[in-house]
Amino acid sequence: MHRHGFGIYPSLFYDLPRLANTMLNYSLKQLSTLLAAKKISSVELTGEFLGRIKVLNPNYNAFITVDEKMSFAQAHVADAMIASGQAHPLTGIPIAQKDIFCTKGWLTTCGSKMLSNFISPYDASVIERFNAAGAVNIGKTNMDEFAMGSSNETSFYGPVKNPWDITAVPGGSSGGSACAVAARMAPAATGTDTGGSIRQPAALCGVSGIKPTYGLVSRYGMIAFASSLDQGGPIAKSAEDLALMLNVMVGFDTRDSTSLQRETEDYARNLAKPLQGLRIGLPKEYFVEGMSADVARAVEAAIVEYRGLGAEMVEVSLPNTKLSIPVYYVLAPAEASSNLSRFDGARYGYRAPEYTNLNDMYQKSRAQGFGAEVKRRILIGTYVLSHGYYDAYYIQAQKLRRLIAQDFAEAFAQCDIIMGPTTPTVAFDLGEKNSNPVQMYLSDTYTIATNLAGLPGMSIPVGFGDNNRPVGLHIVGNYFAEAQMLNVAHQYQQVTDWHIRMPHKLTA
Amino acid sequence: MQWETVIGLEVHTQLSTRSKIFSGAPTAFGAAPNSQACAVDIALPGVLPVLNRGAVERAIRFGLAVGAKINSPSIFARKNYFYPDLPKGYQISQYELPVVAGGSVKIRVGRDENAYEKTICLTRAHLEEDAGKSLHEDFHGLTGIDLNRAGTPLLEIVSEPDMRSSAEAVAFAKTLHSLVRWIDICDGNMQEGSFRCDANVSVRPLGLDKLGTRCEIKNLNSFRFLEKAIDYEAKRQIEILEDGGVIRQETRLYDSDKDETRTMRSKEDAQDYRYFPDPDLLPLEISEAWINRVKAMLPELPEAKRSHYMTIYSLSAYDAGVLAATREMADYFENTVKLLPASAKLCANWIMGEVNGRLHRESADIAQCPISSAQLAGLLLRISDGTISGKTAKDVFDAMWRSEYGSDADIIIKAKNLKQISDVGEIEKLIDNILAAQPQQVADYRNGKEKAFNSLVGQAMKATKGKANPVQVNELLKKKLTE
Repeated sequence: MHRHGFGIYPSLFYDLPRLANTMLNYSLKQLSTLLAAKKISSVELTGEFLGRIKVLNPNYNAFITVDEKMSFAQAHVADAMIASGQAHPLTGIPIAQKDIFCTKGWLTTCGSKMLSNFISPYDASVIERFNAAGAVNIGKTNMDEFAMGSSNETSFYGPVKNPWDITAVPGGSSGGSACAVAARMAPAATGTDTGGSIRQPAALCGVSGIKPTYGLVSRYGMIAFASSLDQGGPIAKSAEDLALMLNVMVGFDTRDSTSLQRETEDYARNLAKPLQGLRIGLPKEYFVEGMSADVARAVEAAIVEYRGLGAEMVEVSLPNTKLSIPVYYVLAPAEASSNLSRFDGARYGYRAPEYTNLNDMYQKSRAQGFGAEVKRRILIGTYVLSHGYYDAYYIQAQKLRRLIAQDFAEAFAQCDIIMGPTTPTVAFDLGEKNSNPVQMYLSDTYTIATNLAGLPGMSIPVGFGDNNRPVGLHIVGNYFAEAQMLNVAHQYQQVTDWHIRMPHKLTA
Repeated sequence: MQWETVIGLEVHTQLSTRSKIFSGAPTAFGAAPNSQACAVDIALPGVLPVLNRGAVERAIRFGLAVGAKINSPSIFARKNYFYPDLPKGYQISQYELPVVAGGSVKIRVGRDENAYEKTICLTRAHLEEDAGKSLHEDFHGLTGIDLNRAGTPLLEIVSEPDMRSSAEAVAFAKTLHSLVRWIDICDGNMQEGSFRCDANVSVRPLGLDKLGTRCEIKNLNSFRFLEKAIDYEAKRQIEILEDGGVIRQETRLYDSDKDETRTMRSKEDAQDYRYFPDPDLLPLEISEAWINRVKAMLPELPEAKRSHYMTIYSLSAYDAGVLAATREMADYFENTVKLLPASAKLCANWIMGEVNGRLHRESADIAQCPISSAQLAGLLLRISDGTISGKTAKDVFDAMWRSEYGSDADIIIKAKNLKQISDVGEIEKLIDNILAAQPQQVADYRNGKEKAFNSLVGQAMKATKGKANPVQVNELLKKKLTE
């Protein structure tokens, strides 16, 4: 049993440059304490992580854009904030930003050739909030193209590799962010989650990630995939770090009509609460089929751990959850087909070099600018919204979406929190599911329902499965139960060490 | 065979908000291209729409003014199609649940004894954003895109197919035009495109209930074009049917130079807009309290004013209609009458005759009238109290208009010495002189030649430069001649 701390496995790291190996596992709070005590400056800390990215990124491809000048400029500002006593909890700490967040002056590609020349003229709300907090943008992370994918293989910038096994996928779409945190190229990162895009890569890379309740994190400046499902959230090493990240990311924004106006809360306030009497719901449908044996073993061990912490297990049922994938693959492509219409080569982004007329310009620019998965989803979405099919697909899917949400409402009448596996298997091999989109879609089978219901979901590492690849535990809470979920995860992380284990061998 | 024309209109009114319907960019007309298009309007990646409540309030105002139902919730939907002046690749509009449902407008068609009233029902009115503009000239074979107009709020008002002639369609469009200005939701400027009509036209044998196949004529931006386009289109359809042909459902454009409509796209080419609820905007909830607040601020409506004028001031339907045509005109009339409560008809006649005629000649509207309602009342007071004659008043009016000696009637009457002579002794003396000088005409009159009397009156008026009170001149002259 290991207490949360650092320096437990220093020897596991080879001589990666400068940054003291012990510091790699520092929590955000510990880094903040070091900065406040002037033991290290933000410029130094930023330099250490940039150095590590320089060494590791060529092999792991976690970042699309690294801009040392811009990062250091922010680090200088952070140091000034610290010097003048105006530091926030994240001031001076490098944060990796998913390349879906528009970032002023930075290339913002969304993993697509379509935006391979797009330097954003404005900051997303999330970026503004990190800037105001004095955080340092350490780079823009790789992702599946327009967040459409579960393996990071649809990125125009090439796949990200899993730090635990360079032949495995990191998951997606926030694969770059999960990889960056797992390989300790950044202390924490942002992600977005439409059907599991934070939780699935977090699980596959052995790190922690949370998708908050829909409406808590502003979507302004977050390039839309499926607006009614998209939600930003953090990926970090621990629940405690996620709480500090959420404290920055969550907030009402008048520029996003779906943003919720609520009182500010401190997501770390409940971390220390004991779990005595906590009722954990285990959906019987999750433990029947589909889950591979290695994942089941790790999840069951975690449940045993929770029993030891005083929680009681309740069987719940989510009968409609099996419909999540078909419902999702109607609704998400429908919204995406419309959201991606603005990428037409007319005002910004990629335009085909040669065309004969307006329609030819549209067709060639989009044919050349979008990858296969994006095109597939635009086609599906266009189809289900078409005259004569709309009622049979879109309307029907909306009805089922309500049933899926209703399942959760009934389950939460019997339990406080729901647990299960984040993914049916551990990370698969690069290229393994490339040719079979449906197989790929199934890897989000446990996570999608929470997006459809708008519920918060998180994943924490709970061990390893086959080929020593990480397993994630999926924790689903009721609406606005983030502080409780973080408490549940944190208590587990107080008595286990999975979250501070680092990949044994990184290919530098 | 006798044919009946059936017309329904779709009217796009640009709402008079200062900023756009889903962004904070200004809506002012005529700015340099793309200087009024913000990140949301040009649809940068990641931007989101935020609904302008001012636009919603104007829609509510309209709904209340036509007695419609205000839907709550109403839903914003995306209408998907590609065009360079549509930056998002979809227009945010309303489809299944519009903000305004139903309602009706009373129109008055024709004048005098042929005039009749009719009620035109509305199907709906919904909020949507305007697109930008494609500019095909001046770019040497390229197309320029100006996104200043993109995102400008529109209220699209859709009528039932209740009109049976171009005259009814024009009367409806004019009534609507006056109404949206009256309730101050649209400036009504047709040259700038603030008020544009699409007409759905079909014909059918008179007496048949079933509607014929319709054609939609797009973008008619004047009442005259609306009238001519409908007339042309109805004639075209009748000719086809009489020749045994069939009407194809299609969208047509009116060419005002050639006075004809021609095919823009046929139904087969009609796009599938793939409408679906916009997930970026929540269903629009309008509370009863909000509706009541808007209701409380609604001015008295033109229809109510018209009947008010007819009953209180005993004006004809036509006069009442003219005076209640715009809120400014009604205010002018009411402010004048307020000072001369006993002379409403006189006020009405002067405003409709002298004031309107003069404004019309100078292509001005009532807001630009150089004579205020109080000044006009000052002039009319001098007619009713006999200080000046109606004829002299026209000269005073002219001086007031040109601001000769300022715009105060009394000052002008005094300065130009126009005060009517009403002193009986003075007029008697004048008449005695004329009768003495014109024995022949006196004799003629006494021999039954009525004309001679008029000549004598004319001489009396001429001698006083029109200042003699004509009533008194008449009476005294008659008295003297019969003595």
